[in-house]
Amino acid sequence: MSQTILYDSTMCIGCKACEGACAERWHLPYDDKVAAEPRLSAHKLTAIQTYGDHYIRRLCMHCAEPTCVSVCLVGALQKTTLGPVVYDEDKCIGCRYCMLACPFQVPVYEWSSRLPRVRKCDMCYARLRAGKPTACAEACPTGATISGDRDGLIAEARRRLAEKPGAYYQRIYGLEEVGGTCTLFLSAVPFEQLGLRANLPSTPLPQLTWRILSHTPHIASLAAVALGGIYWITHRREEVAAAEGSPRRRSDN
Amino acid sequence: MRPTLDFFRISIWRVIFVAILLSGLAGLYVRFVYGLGAATNLSDSFPWGLWKGFNVVAGIGLGAGGFTVAATVHVFNLKRYRPILRIALLTALLGYSFMALALIVDIGRPYRIWHPVVMWGEHSVLFEVAWCVILYLNVLALELAPAVCERFGWRKLLRAVKAISAPVVIFGVILSTLHQSSLGSLFLILPEKLYPLWYTPLLPVFFFVSAICAGLSMVIIASWQGNRALGKQLELPVLEGLGRALAVVLAIYLLGRYLDLEDRGALTLLLRNRMETWLFALEISLLLAPMLLLFLHRVRSHPGRLYACALMVILGFVANRLNVTVTGLEASSGTHYVPKWSEVSVTLSMVALGFALFRFFAQHFPIFDERRPQPAAREAHAEQGVPAGVG
Repeated sequence: MSQTILYDSTMCIGCKACEGACAERWHLPYDDKVAAEPRLSAHKLTAIQTYGDHYIRRLCMHCAEPTCVSVCLVGALQKTTLGPVVYDEDKCIGCRYCMLACPFQVPVYEWSSRLPRVRKCDMCYARLRAGKPTACAEACPTGATISGDRDGLIAEARRRLAEKPGAYYQRIYGLEEVGGTCTLFLSAVPFEQLGLRANLPSTPLPQLTWRILSHTPHIASLAAVALGGIYWITHRREEVAAAEGSPRRRSDN
Repeated sequence: MRPTLDFFRISIWRVIFVAILLSGLAGLYVRFVYGLGAATNLSDSFPWGLWKGFNVVAGIGLGAGGFTVAATVHVFNLKRYRPILRIALLTALLGYSFMALALIVDIGRPYRIWHPVVMWGEHSVLFEVAWCVILYLNVLALELAPAVCERFGWRKLLRAVKAISAPVVIFGVILSTLHQSSLGSLFLILPEKLYPLWYTPLLPVFFFVSAICAGLSMVIIASWQGNRALGKQLELPVLEGLGRALAVVLAIYLLGRYLDLEDRGALTLLLRNRMETWLFALEISLLLAPMLLLFLHRVRSHPGRLYACALMVILGFVANRLNVTVTGLEASSGTHYVPKWSEVSVTLSMVALGFALFRFFAQHFPIFDERRPQPAAREAHAEQGVPAGVG
């Protein structure tokens, strides 16, 4: 059901055609200088990084239960049923909590703009809806990046791991990380050697805060009854005093 | 009232005050004309800095005295704390107002600050904080309205405001409990990023308890300042009681922090010679020292010493909030963040303006000089020591 991008590091030749196609899709300038930048930034929403003899692609992981979506207080980030996590720049107030919270450090900001936006890959949402592959998958000359249905791509990844066990580190990055993602990586070496976080839990991060947030109405109503009750008890003496017309204590308020 | 000419009197403090304000204005100019990139040292890998950590996360905590004293006086009916109630409420209102102002400076699109009111992201902790703070600002305004009514002699309005005071106060306590703890919950979503000396599932509880400490300390500091700068009467027996409460709450907090570290097996981290260890030690000692001192009667009953202890608690509290928002996140971000001059100058000028506005309101409104409790009433409550509301 969910659309997914599968990037196979062993097939990547580092030509950066995906970077160029991505820049074109976002109408961003792309030249040798931008190509040489290793990090994601407001003008580079996907990047090919080099670690020794190996390449790794960085882009939004499109989590099944995205942390960025859960922390956004105005709902500017949304998970679509098609798979991509999309951003509505007209809602965003620029609090940058999504950038702080993203376990993959993907959302970037237009720091030099007077009216900045958050920027991130949206898996070419418009193209996917039209039934086309993502721009990066279409541009990739070797098939290192392909896009398609998640279950199908997981089966394809497993087939590759089984066919050439010696050529692959026997895991799919994104299968279980923070509850699963819609961007999957294959590699010849352990993923932490490619600068990816290997210490991520397999439970979605939003559960950590929702566990507490979902109790808010209970806490509030219990506190209201408790505080109201205490008020009623502690002010009883004054009521009694007032009823007896005692001169000792007139109402203090 | 003082003669108008006094306004133009030049003193060293006024020169410093104006200098800070001017540097703050320069910082604001850079921020609004050239953008956040030019005005801050923030980056894609370090998106939250001093403005969030100090002005917002610590600033809200510093205003916690408002709900603590309001609960003590109104809900727990400990009337002997009445004389400091308005001082506490005023520090809270100013703290929260400047927090809101700082947020406007910090967010990328300030003119959309109202968006959370109509666009709901109810899964976000920040959404809960935003709503609680908006509502609580209104509660604080209602709680302080009597001072304004008394000042201008609006008797009818005064009676109306007092008639609804009980539910308003209770609503304020609930809101405060929720958002003070939620400020800690903000960081629960960073289990693999926040350094384990600070990351704990108990963050919301610790944020709530430490906010009470900071709030009580702010009340002590504000009372002392009012006494020194404006010659207002110092309610020493009341402040002594606050010092007692502060010592107890600090003890509960520090014991809780220790048990949590032990339970998570994080105590051995303290043996590592890292920046995190030293800044953690700074934070804890700034809270531990005043706790021990406040158990001594000769410290609590001496205004200057009490003030020094309260100041230490504030510094320790701010160190804690900055450790959670900055120190604890540096290692995982792979960057080193030091605030830019403009971040510091804007922050300092907000603090300075806060002090100036406190002075203005304390001078021109019945904040310190509210009608005192009747002698008989005071006697009736003389036996009640620690305000139960803060335990």
